[in-house]
Amino acid sequence: MNPLVPTITTPSGVWNPLVWLMVFLLSLIIALIIYMRGEKTRKKGMQAGVFFSGDRPPEGMDAHIAAHNIGWGFMEALRPYYRAMRKMHTGIINDYVGWFLGILAVMLIIFLFWGGA
Amino acid sequence: MNPWDLIMNNAPALAIAIPLLGAFVTPLINRAGRKAMLVWVIAVLAFTEFIALLLVYQVNTYGIQVYVFGANPHTLTVPPDSGGIPVRIIFTIDGMSAFTALISATLGLVVGIYSVGSEKFQTAQEKFFALLLLLVVGMMGMALTGDIFNFFVFLEINSLAAAALVSYHLNKGKAVEAAFKYAVVSSIGALMILFAIAILYGEYDALNMAMIAQRMYQTGFSTYDMIAMTLILVTLAMKCGAVPMHYWVPDGYGEAPGGTSAILVVASQASLYGLFRMSFTVFGLSANTSSLGWFMIILGLLSMFIGVTMAFLQHDIKRLMAYHAVSQTGYMLLGVGVGLATLGTAAFNQYGLYAMEGGIFHIINHALYKGLLFLTAGAIIYRVGTSDLNKMGGLAHSMKFTAVFFLIGAFAIAGIPPFNGFASKLMIYESVYQLNPFLAIVAAIVSMLTLASFLKVFHSAFLGPKIYDVKEVPKSMLFAMSILAFFIILFGIFPNIAIHYLVAPAAHALANPLGYITKVLGGGA
Repeated sequence: MNPLVPTITTPSGVWNPLVWLMVFLLSLIIALIIYMRGEKTRKKGMQAGVFFSGDRPPEGMDAHIAAHNIGWGFMEALRPYYRAMRKMHTGIINDYVGWFLGILAVMLIIFLFWGGA
Repeated sequence: MNPWDLIMNNAPALAIAIPLLGAFVTPLINRAGRKAMLVWVIAVLAFTEFIALLLVYQVNTYGIQVYVFGANPHTLTVPPDSGGIPVRIIFTIDGMSAFTALISATLGLVVGIYSVGSEKFQTAQEKFFALLLLLVVGMMGMALTGDIFNFFVFLEINSLAAAALVSYHLNKGKAVEAAFKYAVVSSIGALMILFAIAILYGEYDALNMAMIAQRMYQTGFSTYDMIAMTLILVTLAMKCGAVPMHYWVPDGYGEAPGGTSAILVVASQASLYGLFRMSFTVFGLSANTSSLGWFMIILGLLSMFIGVTMAFLQHDIKRLMAYHAVSQTGYMLLGVGVGLATLGTAAFNQYGLYAMEGGIFHIINHALYKGLLFLTAGAIIYRVGTSDLNKMGGLAHSMKFTAVFFLIGAFAIAGIPPFNGFASKLMIYESVYQLNPFLAIVAAIVSMLTLASFLKVFHSAFLGPKIYDVKEVPKSMLFAMSILAFFIILFGIFPNIAIHYLVAPAAHALANPLGYITKVLGGGA
């Protein structure tokens, strides 16, 4: 294996990052060409503006979405799972040790009765 | 003997001796001024890195290396009058040991450089750097030693130094509480390992890993061995942050200074190394490796999924990244677990060894990109004074380099090509799939959730209107981040550099416990 050859062969195929990079760069160049052939007389300065339902946001309004709002739907959909997870993560040291010793006991039983040797 | 030969012949001992001496001398040199102390610390860490590279070179060129403390020659593992027992402390360095030592030394050096800037305004800096060097000693020792009691000693050095570093910023007592929790779980874990060592010593009259493995194989795997094995493996799984024993991770990583969180990732990986070393080398010949492999696979699956879903919930940048560290550890356990589960079967050569290589490649990749991400988190906190993502925003306006480094780390951890995380994840997906497709499906879903989680962080911290009027972080911090970013890109575009020189030798060393045992018990002449 030549370490400077970027191809890695997996059990199901191959991966070459340089080929991927070349395709990626080619895609960027094509995108740039399409962009440059676009309408030249467009109004500038509007494209990056923030709009709520077609209106500009009121003066002084915070246009930034805070972290706790991102992914709300995902967490809401998994509410029962997250409720159980929050119960597990108590932050109490006794529980940390309890989980450790509990897993130790379970693994001892599993290895002793269902294999290990 | 000229100095070069001296270094070449004693590299394993110097890998421990240099940072150990450096740690205890640091407070003394600090009397001559902060600059002198910083030059000293960086020089010690750079020399340790050089020694680690030398060990990789020696192992790749000459095979497994043994170093016997107090013996003449230093390769005399079994003295003629010892009754065939390797009585002295022996360092045994194979591909996996050298691999772990190199990661430890590299992150130690990078974090040292980063901390020159990030800890500039803190008090008691000499203690911080002395502890950092001690942590490097602990990690290097765990990686290099071939003696099970010695392993316990270095594990303790690792745990104590890490706990003290976690508490360094105090943070109104929160950091001290986190350090206390880490110290308690580590101490209880260390007691379990000590108990296991006592069992093994009582049975085999030996503390050398190779000797224990050989005698265990000759006499058969007893119930006592089973108990010792469970105590050691479960404790090391807890120490590397595997679910459901991961609770200390978000506390510890979350409250530690940014640079310390990065090195804690590698400190946990030293325990992961211990888990792999014990599973393959010490118990691998005698125990049921299929059961052990599935133990790792199940821990890996739980860690991947629970780690990433808990990360998604967080709005503290450090805790979020800590849960991702738990999740990424799952990939390593999965890859190496599949290798262990198939060891000794035809499937091992078909895909098991490849899964192991993927898992081991992920170790170094994770050290690089999670190290970088923690350093960027530290840079953000250094400037804005909060780790709460809800209070952040618009930092890309003023911290452009940090934003770019964060994106590199985020793309790498999410497995976006052509960064290094993609290469190792691809190796894991395509090999574990052949054992059970469900494993690869979970791994791929976790990768998508990781991307979603880091997009949330990037949006919250760096995008949006400018909230903080801050400057970019000091140059030493940027330089440290750039080193890790460079290797992330290098190992992404040229993965075979890492695979050829580091990963494949490590995987083959783990898969060949007989080679390890023969090298130690063959006399070492």
